[in-house]
Amino acid sequence: MLEKKIEDIEIQLLLEGLYQRYHYDFRHYAWASVKRRLKQAREQMGFRSFSALQESLLHDPGMLGRLLGYLTIQVSEMFRDPSYFRAIREKVVPHLRTYPSLKVWIAGCSSGEELYSFVILFREEGLEQRTLFYATDINQDALGKAEAGIYDLDRIQMFTENHRKSGGKSSLSDYYSAAYGKASFDKSLRRQVVFSDHSLVTDAVFAEMHLVSCRNVLIYFDRDLQDRALGLFKDSLTRKGFLGLGSKESMRFSNHADSFADCVREEKIYQKRTE
Amino acid sequence: MGTSAEAIVIGASAGAVEALSVILPSLPADYEVPMLIVVHVPPDNKGILAQLFQAKCNIEVREAEDKEPISDGTAYFAPPDYHLLVEPDKSLSLSSDAPVLFSRPSVDVLFESAADAYGADLIAIVLTGANEDGAEGLRAVADAGGTIIVQSPEGAYASAMPAAAIAACPNARVMSLEEIAAYLQDVEKT
Repeated sequence: MLEKKIEDIEIQLLLEGLYQRYHYDFRHYAWASVKRRLKQAREQMGFRSFSALQESLLHDPGMLGRLLGYLTIQVSEMFRDPSYFRAIREKVVPHLRTYPSLKVWIAGCSSGEELYSFVILFREEGLEQRTLFYATDINQDALGKAEAGIYDLDRIQMFTENHRKSGGKSSLSDYYSAAYGKASFDKSLRRQVVFSDHSLVTDAVFAEMHLVSCRNVLIYFDRDLQDRALGLFKDSLTRKGFLGLGSKESMRFSNHADSFADCVREEKIYQKRTE
Repeated sequence: MGTSAEAIVIGASAGAVEALSVILPSLPADYEVPMLIVVHVPPDNKGILAQLFQAKCNIEVREAEDKEPISDGTAYFAPPDYHLLVEPDKSLSLSSDAPVLFSRPSVDVLFESAADAYGADLIAIVLTGANEDGAEGLRAVADAGGTIIVQSPEGAYASAMPAAAIAACPNARVMSLEEIAAYLQDVEKT
């Protein structure tokens, strides 16, 4: 048991060091997942202890990117949970149509699958031209991948199926070209997109949004940090703006629950209340 | 008997519904020990297991929600397509990290985090299944001093998962489903 405790101390020190040295703050991430990810990092990078990993991280800036790769890895799909995108299309888009210009924030966009899903959906609904999309993440590598829009071809079948189930009005194959086992998404999909480094933990509001979609990011935060992020979304959203969370994420345990009303309850789509 | 535990974790795959149908409905309504359960199910199988077992059990059965405090007398199923973990403050958390041994939810992920949170006050059970998920996690529970139980592979619908668990943890108690049910009925909340 004593050995376990030492490991936990080491992990806390490592996270503290990561914050003080590089200003990446994982100190309020949900412990169990962070520990699991760090264990994986330590094993695969070949360090005997977290203390050894910490020493290397503090003295070698090259380690930062590698470690962030483990800490922020997000696995997503295009149109993941098709019923969510169907609800956006059927219940949220009719409201959005009433605005002459729109801002949409994909928070924690990782390698971009969800971003492209939204852009395609908005193009199908004729809203793309009046929309500015903000795609943000703390991981530069992931942002680079999002900006490239290149995915393994063997994932496309699932993406296509999801798109169809979401009520897609076009064929997904209209948006990518396939070569050498990769699907490369058309650069026109990025015309209305701003990619940016932004942390839900340490950064502030940067624009007034009509829709924020942040899915399966908050589950990695502890309750305090979830509250901070939800506060950020609340402050970012325009009157009656929309917030979409992951299917297992809930406002229920948050201080901001009263600021939002259910829009599509079973899809975790909320609408900001008017004060 | 005098056995006590703060929580029980269970992992099952192929044949899980039949196996859990022997164990869960046998527990009385005033049963206090919370149970956390991972069953390998397809991603789009929304909430079906919790509904199914709520209908036939005396105890409360729910699908786990993120950051939910663990309540006594309740069995929580991991939602399809998410890992289920236990935080040090004994609340539940979910993750959509990559599948482990092709599984999400993964038995190993649940067991390892529960071993961390509960230490020796944990009972972990590996039931029927056709892969090797759970073996590593069971070892983590054993290392933390918890009680480890494996369904006897001979009686299991699929023997690979219990067999792998026994190979990883030769000291595990090996029991039939009926014996596991009887054993759990006598466990009291720490």
